Amino acid sequence: MSDLLHRPTLALGQRPKVLEVSRVAKVFNGNVTALRDMSLTVNEGDFISLLGPSGCGKSTALRLIAGLSNPTTGRILWQGGQGRDDLGVVFQEPTLMPWATVAENVWLPFRLRGKTYPQVRGEVEEALSLVGLSGFLNAYPRELSGGMKMRVSIARALVTNPRLILMDEPFAALDEITRHKLNTDLLALKANIGCTVIFVTHSVFESVFLSDRIVVMAARPGRVIEEVQITAPYPRDEAFRTSADYAAHCQVTSRALHAAMGEAA
Amino acid sequence: MTMADTPLTRAEAEVDAEEARRARAARTESVAKWVLPALVFVIMVVLWDRLVVWNDIPHYILPGPGLVMQTLVKDWPILFEALLVTLQITLMALAVAVIGGVGLAILFNQSRFAEMSFYPYAVILQVTPVVSIAPLIFIYVDNRTVGLLLCAWIVAFFPILANTTLGLNSTDHNLRDLFRIYGATRWQRLRFLQLPSALPYFLGGLRIAGGLSLIGAIVAEYVAGTGGIGSGLAFRILEAGYRLNIPRMFAALLLIAASGVVIFAGLSFLSHMLLRKWHESAIKRET
Ligand SMILES: Nc1ncnc2c1ncn2[C@@H]1O[C@H](COP(=O)(O)OP(=O)(O)OP(=O)(O)O)[C@@H](O)[C@H]1O
Ligand SMILES: [Mg+2]
Repeated sequence: MSDLLHRPTLALGQRPKVLEVSRVAKVFNGNVTALRDMSLTVNEGDFISLLGPSGCGKSTALRLIAGLSNPTTGRILWQGGQGRDDLGVVFQEPTLMPWATVAENVWLPFRLRGKTYPQVRGEVEEALSLVGLSGFLNAYPRELSGGMKMRVSIARALVTNPRLILMDEPFAALDEITRHKLNTDLLALKANIGCTVIFVTHSVFESVFLSDRIVVMAARPGRVIEEVQITAPYPRDEAFRTSADYAAHCQVTSRALHAAMGEAA
Repeated sequence: MTMADTPLTRAEAEVDAEEARRARAARTESVAKWVLPALVFVIMVVLWDRLVVWNDIPHYILPGPGLVMQTLVKDWPILFEALLVTLQITLMALAVAVIGGVGLAILFNQSRFAEMSFYPYAVILQVTPVVSIAPLIFIYVDNRTVGLLLCAWIVAFFPILANTTLGLNSTDHNLRDLFRIYGATRWQRLRFLQLPSALPYFLGGLRIAGGLSLIGAIVAEYVAGTGGIGSGLAFRILEAGYRLNIPRMFAALLLIAASGVVIFAGLSFLSHMLLRKWHESAIKRET
């Protein structure tokens, strides 16, 4: 593990703020309120899940944070400069360039910043080894399984060692076995490099397993209902999935979600 | 034990039989793909030959296949020279069509206003039959080669323009977002995202344009009409027609058709080589 990909983990109180979403709303075409009055503080090292039914504005929130669209009202404040340049993103589809090899795909964020491959070979190879794909540098995406493609996508998101990684339902299209494996690996990865993650999901179980905070949202109009704290300590492994602690947190989260949906209906 | 085993074995045997059948079918198909057209070809040639012989058709009406081949060999110096002229125009027109088509596609893609202003005229140029423009071109353009080239280009550039434009606009929207997040410049987006995405579309257009530039070259030669040294296959056909040299007409026709096939095959091969590593069209699946 190089120093480059490592951030020291600090206790909660000392963690610097990464970003502050303050009373943000997004209205499309002047009449569709995709998101209303959302506030969220993201601290370094957080793993935050946005959980809610389809159409509650999860992707919209992520796109606003990524700077792909601008809030109608409210503000998104990045602490300590850098901001949007210092971001990694993983979409629901692997979103790889089919004409490029795995290594070239992971090189992309650097390439767009004017770095040649030899300059960043170390980072690219390390990111791929972190996701367990060291042997596939020269493979083309079509030669990989769905789960492996997703790993490449994750490697690409973290190769620049960004302050914040945004993930929009990255594992939704995968089978459950692969999803569980990637969940565990993602947590190990996060512990390893100490990044900050905002994770969008439909799944109560996935969000409880991964997060330290779950933002429960409701639809029509999209809004935040509740923030659920998952107090279970990291590291969490497969054993955690069958623990009573996990079940209890799932129950609380599930109730919050149903309350949110009931309110919307 | 036996109760549990038997159905399983039978199922396996069934799958194996099916697999074997599929493998056999695939093998048959790969052979038939070549044998059947060859067989049709042989039958047609024999039929043609018999038709001529049995009906005593004179060679100035319909020459037999043997005579056509003889003429091809006998007139080879004239026909080969003409072939080279036609091929030269065709390939030059194709090259200019690629440059013009891709260039315009990139221009249109980069500037909406350029597209709005000029795309309709590209369409008009395409839908106007080249035979009707060609005489005018040969009035205004003194140089015969340039005139021929222009005609062939008008026919050939549009599929490249249309396909490349479509390809440049068919990038994955998530990849586009990703490029935006990483602060890609316009040039980077074009170079690393749009051009590779457009490649399969461009190659599809290129294959069509290859055939069209041959057609364009031939049509332009018909219209240009002037003979002598440096005239192409189309002129040789016209000339032979005036002299009722029907066998030579057939021989020239044979050469044109063969050129078309070679151009198409060459471009298909090029396309396969460029895409075989990553594109779905170049991948052989089991089923
Ligand atoms: N570009 C857009 N133009 C108009 N309306 C939009 C646009 N993007 C999103 N919306 C609307 O905003 C609302 C929230 O959409 P969003 O994609 O954020 O939901 P989501 O929570 O991500 O849903 P899902 O779980 O299905 O992905 C939806 O009602 C959607 O129709
Ligand atoms: Mg979404």
